[in-house]
Amino acid sequence: MDLVEKALAGDRRALARLLSLIEDDGPQAREALAALHPHTGRAHVVGVTGAPGTGKSTLVNELAKTLRAQGSTVGIVAVDPTSPFTGGAILGDRVRMRDLAGDPGIFIRSMATRGSLGGLARATSDAVKVLDGVGFETVLVETVGVGQAEVDVARTAHTVVVVEAPGLGDDVQALKAGLLEIADILVVNKADRSGAEQTARALEVTLDLGRNNAGDAEAWRPPVIKTVALNGTGVKAVVEAIGAHRAYLRQSGLWDRRERERIRADLMQALEETLVGQLLERVGEEELDRWVERIAARETDVYTAVESLVGLKEHSRASGR
Amino acid sequence: MSKQYRVLIAKPGLDGHDRGAKVVARALRDAGMEVIYTGLRQTPEMIVEAALQEDVDAIGLSILSGAHMTLVPRVLEGLREAGLEDVKVFVGGIIPDEDAETLRKMGVVEIFGPGTSTVTIVEAFRRHLAGG
Ligand code: B12
Ligand SMILES: Nc1nc2c(ncn2[C@@H]2O[C@H](COP(=O)(O)OP(=O)(O)OP(=O)(O)O)[C@@H](O)[C@H]2O)c(=O)[nH]1
Ligand SMILES: [Mg+2]
Repeated sequence: MDLVEKALAGDRRALARLLSLIEDDGPQAREALAALHPHTGRAHVVGVTGAPGTGKSTLVNELAKTLRAQGSTVGIVAVDPTSPFTGGAILGDRVRMRDLAGDPGIFIRSMATRGSLGGLARATSDAVKVLDGVGFETVLVETVGVGQAEVDVARTAHTVVVVEAPGLGDDVQALKAGLLEIADILVVNKADRSGAEQTARALEVTLDLGRNNAGDAEAWRPPVIKTVALNGTGVKAVVEAIGAHRAYLRQSGLWDRRERERIRADLMQALEETLVGQLLERVGEEELDRWVERIAARETDVYTAVESLVGLKEHSRASGR
Repeated sequence: MSKQYRVLIAKPGLDGHDRGAKVVARALRDAGMEVIYTGLRQTPEMIVEAALQEDVDAIGLSILSGAHMTLVPRVLEGLREAGLEDVKVFVGGIIPDEDAETLRKMGVVEIFGPGTSTVTIVEAFRRHLAGG
């Protein structure tokens, strides 16, 4: 496909178009992804997540600068929430990434969640594949500002950086529930503010608790790193930790194992989407409505309807004729 | 589903008046568009680069500093050089009538000054994006 070839040859306009195609989905997107697939699998995908306003974008800006100084090219996908009421979105992460302008080794793309709830957009992992495929060596993925449950990034990224900031109240408590479990690196940003030391210590204690439970001496122990993203303090240590985590993944065999998990998840998702799509096309909206009516009227139930719809049982149509 | 429009709202130059840009960004968001907001102090080159990477359908420039006659032509020229001449460019802020006329001739599709209702602005974006 033309767009893919151009993007592979370094045409940034084509790359941007390709990303739009992926976001809007459809058969062309699938063709493009198929054509790109042989080129993927090389980038180190690093997720940056954390509560709203902790400094994720500012940190991504600094990480990208440091990575560039070390010679790596950097693709960035920054996700912000779509308004559930209007379907619109304000994507503002670029505001903090102005230092990255004008560098041909960097490509930034903002993305709206478009209804996805896990902290990323449905198309984010495919967008990452596109950036990987066209040759970006590191891909940074900034999630929306998350609470505890939005942990999709763990499936998309090799390395997850969880960004904390002091003074968010019971933030460490919240971390325990979800984000801490997916963290490979913990950053306490805004270390210029009071309370950073306490936050870092509380995180260390919580980590050690989890570690004792796991009882695995070989396991990766997430480092806790204090940063001031505003002026770059501590950012080098984060980049080093990202590199160390990559080496750990490679040596332990986790890199390959996680890739297979990711592929399996992608495969399952694609299967579901395709099969459900095919079925709905065959059945049609009206037929579906009739089933809803019959279930509501207690003439039948959801499971019986499904059996009939997928043709497990050769059954009469919902209209009952 | 209708196409999801993507719009870049940018403040070129050293102008710190950002209320209008934010009001317009919010109005377009509320109209269901995806608005990439770049913040203050953007050079024309930065704006063109962001428009390219984000694959936007339109750009809105907010300028209240009086520097529109140097900044807007540079953005338009940059867009042409990048092959982005089909991206619709809107301008708002403090733009005297005679300058507005010149800018329109250069290719700016619409220009709005102080007091314009956001309904009018949203409608203009919708119309031009739909190809009208
Ligand atoms: C508030 C204000 C400020 C605030 C700004 C706060 C902020 N963060 O925005 C402060 C006090 C900081 C300020 C400072 C200055 N200001 Co002042 N300021 C104003 C004032 C009174 C209102 C601007 C405003 O916010 N309006 C409300 C918003 C919602 O309206 P708007 O921006 O016009 O936007 C509307 C339309 O223009 C349009 N629009 C705007 N942008 C866009 C973009 C798109 C894409 C579209 C479609 C539409 C659109 O839609 C909006 C909704 O209707 C204007 C006077 C005026 N009446 O306009 C002077 C004015 C803009 N300021 C002026 C000046 C000179 C200054 C200073 C240089 C003063 C000084 N000597 O220090 C400084 C410069 C600051 C800087 N760094 O740039 C002059 C500019 C003169 C010129 N261009 O020739 C003005 C016109 C006052 C005057 N009559 O002299 N200012
Ligand atoms: N004091 C201080 N402020 C910081 C630091 N890093 C970022 N900030 C500020 O924190 C605010 C939020 O920063 P962002 O980078 O936009 O945070 P974010 O996590 O990306 O925010 P969302 O994407 O909206 O969730 C901005 O005003 C930054 O300037 C820091 O190290 N110290
Ligand atoms: Mg952000």
